[in-house]
Amino acid sequence: MSNVLVFFDVLGDALSPAQRELIAQAQSLGEVHVAIGAYEGDPTPALAIGGIGEVYLAETSLPAPEVAVVDLLETAVAECGAEIILGSATADITDALARLAVRLDTGIICGIAALNGELVATKSELAGSYTTMSQLIPAPGRPLVATFKPNNLDPERVDALLEAGDAPDGTVLPVRPSVGGVEILERTALEVSARPALAEARVVVAGGRGVEGDFTPLEELADELGAGLGASRAATDAGWIEHAAQVGQTGVTVSPQLYISAGISGAIQQRAGMQTAGTIVAINKDEDAPVFEIADFGVVGDLHEVIPQMIEELRRRKG
Amino acid sequence: MVNAPLHIITLVKWVPDAQLERRYNAEGRIDRSEGVLSELDEYPLEAALQLREAAQDREVRVTALTMGPAGSSTAVKKALQIGADDAYQLTDEALIGADIWASSVALKAAVEAVAGAGEFESGEPEYLVLTGMASEEGESGAIPAQLAERLGAHVVTYATSLELEPERLVVTRSGGTESQKVAVRMPAVVSVTDQANDPRYPNFKAIMAAKKKPLTRFSLADIGLRAEEVSAKVRVLTTTARPPRTAGEIITDEGDAGLKIVEFLAKERLL
Ligand SMILES: Cc1cc2nc3c(=O)[nH]c(=O)nc-3n(C[C@H](O)[C@H](O)[C@H](O)COP(=O)(O)OP(=O)(O)OC[C@H]3O[C@@H](n4cnc5c(N)ncnc54)[C@H](O)[C@@H]3O)c2cc1C
Repeated sequence: MSNVLVFFDVLGDALSPAQRELIAQAQSLGEVHVAIGAYEGDPTPALAIGGIGEVYLAETSLPAPEVAVVDLLETAVAECGAEIILGSATADITDALARLAVRLDTGIICGIAALNGELVATKSELAGSYTTMSQLIPAPGRPLVATFKPNNLDPERVDALLEAGDAPDGTVLPVRPSVGGVEILERTALEVSARPALAEARVVVAGGRGVEGDFTPLEELADELGAGLGASRAATDAGWIEHAAQVGQTGVTVSPQLYISAGISGAIQQRAGMQTAGTIVAINKDEDAPVFEIADFGVVGDLHEVIPQMIEELRRRKG
Repeated sequence: MVNAPLHIITLVKWVPDAQLERRYNAEGRIDRSEGVLSELDEYPLEAALQLREAAQDREVRVTALTMGPAGSSTAVKKALQIGADDAYQLTDEALIGADIWASSVALKAAVEAVAGAGEFESGEPEYLVLTGMASEEGESGAIPAQLAERLGAHVVTYATSLELEPERLVVTRSGGTESQKVAVRMPAVVSVTDQANDPRYPNFKAIMAAKKKPLTRFSLADIGLRAEEVSAKVRVLTTTARPPRTAGEIITDEGDAGLKIVEFLAKERLL
């Protein structure tokens, strides 16, 4: 059986949905070991899942962009003999795994949706207009490094795949923070929304310039639907909502079951981040808005009238 | 002058225009017969120009470097028009189909060649590599870290602001869950996002002036690499075009569109 090393740049009190999904993906490929960058206290109780092998930690927590995580990963790969190294396709994890691939003299495949038993990766390309299959050109002793996009397995499926187990023991490797590297002067935590994380949400409600400054109706709609809240760049640039909510080429890529677009024209950069959604509903007062070209259900109308009516109807149905 | 000169090498890529239909060819590679300077690479270039303009007491040169097919000269020419001082184009048949691994091997050698070639009046330069946040067609964002690893340089990705101080660069970046202000010494590789600035457009005068700026073409052999050293580690097996999304039912609101949407969601079992 293959050894798979999963990298979490941060591990909190509990695994995030994306981290759970990653473990489920990894367990289909072999025995799973975990390397953790940043943590507080003892991170191992969060990993009380059946079948987890080794858990590797450095001598102290290594918060990004601490480059010593690459030393941790390199040492952990040698320790467990990993043939596959996986992480989520986020900025800090990509930085670490990209460096690791150089050190291991091997290829990296980023942003994949699935990896099968033959180590063939399935990936969405060119803003969702293509699906490709790719693989490492085989060579002895060459491991595969890959990053996963979240939301490719149903949460119920993930729950079914992960069995509860005992908290594993942590193995501390002789790795310390780097000296003379990037110096952190200030860190500001970004506000964490109580709503589902955008990239992982199964329903996304997004607003654009047409929202005209007030996101309250969209927030209410999102809450009725248990949705994540997104926006176009016009709305985030205007400061109506935080940049983290931007959906699109230079924001978050989402692939939810349902995407509700309100007051967004549907520019190519916006579409790049949402056009693989299962169902798209669009509300726009301009019948020629390009978003209607990709909408499964479109309403030519004023979102300030349509959205409150939706909220009212959803509440009425819930009784 | 107290400060060592700074050589900013900005990586610019010639990519298929995202506004048009992009496709894979029969060899499983992105069709690169036509292209434009990647929009995402205008932000690092603008950042480089702003650093140069702000550094009154320091000799700063901005070089644009591209790696790509023959047509990629249009990307560096555009960079010269926008304001780069000089430009380099790495072109070689052996780079066709380069993956992330191979691209960073070639770019490392190219950056070192470019950094070594620059002549400065005020001493030995330090160098800073700026890149876009990701390539527009590959979207992996893995090159900055790989390049830094190979160069033995520091890396800071997803910069939203950059400020030059004596002996260091102060960068604000957006990590996943926090915003960070960090300081980094040279040599460094910094990727710059579209939040960082508003890229300028070249005016007529700049377009004319660009014609006189030096553009150097080189091949792998010129930078000391053999074709075997840039063979890809990853291969694409199949590429399948997704059927394009088609428009569904579009209605005009007659006072009941909110109800109709909810009905549609219920019918599609999305509630
Ligand atoms: C390098 C680069 C990267 C970019 N990345 C992204 C990205 O990641 N994500 C992104 O979204 N954009 C991105 N953009 C910007 C993109 O090109 C568009 O400018 C942006 O998406 C427009 O946002 P919008 O649709 O909200 O605004 P607009 O294009 O101004 O459209 C507003 C829409 O709202 C409609 N409207 C107005 N009032 C109402 C009302 N009362 N009811 C209903 N409809 C109404 C209008 O008819 C119009 O269609 C990027 C651009 C560049 C150059």
